[in-house]
Amino acid sequence: MNMISLSVVDLSIAAFLVLILAGLGIKLQLGVTRQLIIAAARTTIQLLLVGYILKLLFDSVHLGYMTIAVTVMLLFAGREVMARQTHPYKGWWGFGMGTVSMFLSTFTVTFLALTVIINNEPWYTPQYAIPLLGMMLGNTMTGIALGLERLTQAAREQRKQIEAQLMLGFSGQQSITAIRRQAMRYGMIPIINSMAAAGLVSLPGMMTGQILAGSPPLEAVKYQILIMFLITAGTGFGTVVAVVLGSRRLFDDRERLRLDRLRK
Amino acid sequence: MKSLRVENVESEWLPKSSIDVKAGECIVVSGPSGVGKSLLLRAIADLDVHKGSLSIDDESFDAMPATAWRKKVGLLTAESAWWAEEVSDHIKAVETERLIELGFDKSALDWSVDRLSTGEKQRLAILRLLANQPEFLLLDEPTANLDPASVIKVEKVLLDYCRNKPAGLIWVSHDVEQAKRIADKHYHFDKNGLSEVIK
Repeated sequence: MNMISLSVVDLSIAAFLVLILAGLGIKLQLGVTRQLIIAAARTTIQLLLVGYILKLLFDSVHLGYMTIAVTVMLLFAGREVMARQTHPYKGWWGFGMGTVSMFLSTFTVTFLALTVIINNEPWYTPQYAIPLLGMMLGNTMTGIALGLERLTQAAREQRKQIEAQLMLGFSGQQSITAIRRQAMRYGMIPIINSMAAAGLVSLPGMMTGQILAGSPPLEAVKYQILIMFLITAGTGFGTVVAVVLGSRRLFDDRERLRLDRLRK
Repeated sequence: MKSLRVENVESEWLPKSSIDVKAGECIVVSGPSGVGKSLLLRAIADLDVHKGSLSIDDESFDAMPATAWRKKVGLLTAESAWWAEEVSDHIKAVETERLIELGFDKSALDWSVDRLSTGEKQRLAILRLLANQPEFLLLDEPTANLDPASVIKVEKVLLDYCRNKPAGLIWVSHDVEQAKRIADKHYHFDKNGLSEVIK
């Protein structure tokens, strides 16, 4: 492989561009400069750390280490889903619902991909398992966060319409059917869009990375298609599960709308 | 005769309240605003978490699903909400006679909800509620947003339903004249709960 290794100077040049942008941000009083700098620093530190962890994992292949690694990834993703909600569910539900839905969808799909499609020995070879699961979690997280956000926002906005149906003797789930559908759709739109635009508007990041690192384009393309399908399935199933759990939690056993279960 | 018994119902913002209403009877409830009249009706419809007991004859509210309870005990709010495009999407069975009595003709069912005035919405919400054939009606200032001619129409439709079904009515109203026209009994509601006003 004809891979060109990047030096510290190379990365510094790119970082300098971000600094110029930050300077412009101050001048235009955009109020994002702080966030921008912190995010750039986080990217650098987080990715470097991950790089070292991956190196460790690749060097000593063991199911135990893998379990720890993927659990940490899942918990971070779960926390991220909750952090993106304007009105997250109170208590453990806020964290739990997103995490459980992500676990069910991403772990199942990734396991299937590793054992049936990639079929390496052992199936949990970190070089495949970690990036696959990472991409699955990253996208599913977005879908679930969008779906739950839409669900809770719409339930708050349309409280009167929901309760009007409850008053007439409809069940909670009947009263929220339209909102629930809309929330599921919302969660799936980004991945549908990125499948439709892939290659025409944007070259997907993973494929770009593989090509830059020296893989033959057609091999990179095949992997990209595989990933797209896996991500779509994972995001779709995860969003459906999360929205179903979320909409159940909005009502109690007496079919009352319980917006008090959301944080203000 | 069926009767709805409300005993020591209480919630966070609602003072402890008890009231009995029999089928065929219209009870008017009035009292200062902010004391919780709407909350009382919501609690009776089991829409809010509450303490105390609710029963029809000897059947407790929690012995049946909440959906069944709310079909028997129908709540009409002061301002109606609509969730679909057309009027007919909201009403499962229309009695044409009642539609005309409320001042509409059949074409009203094809109307888009967006073009309804507040008063039209309120009158159609009554039609929507009565289609469920509830045994008791909880009416939260049902005529507050209506013009005088519609007030009379609505009073007649609701009282006819009350006598003919027969159904029990708990009717929240601020209007003293209205109370005189429609009330079989009159209750006053304040921070100490409900008490009957003896004429």
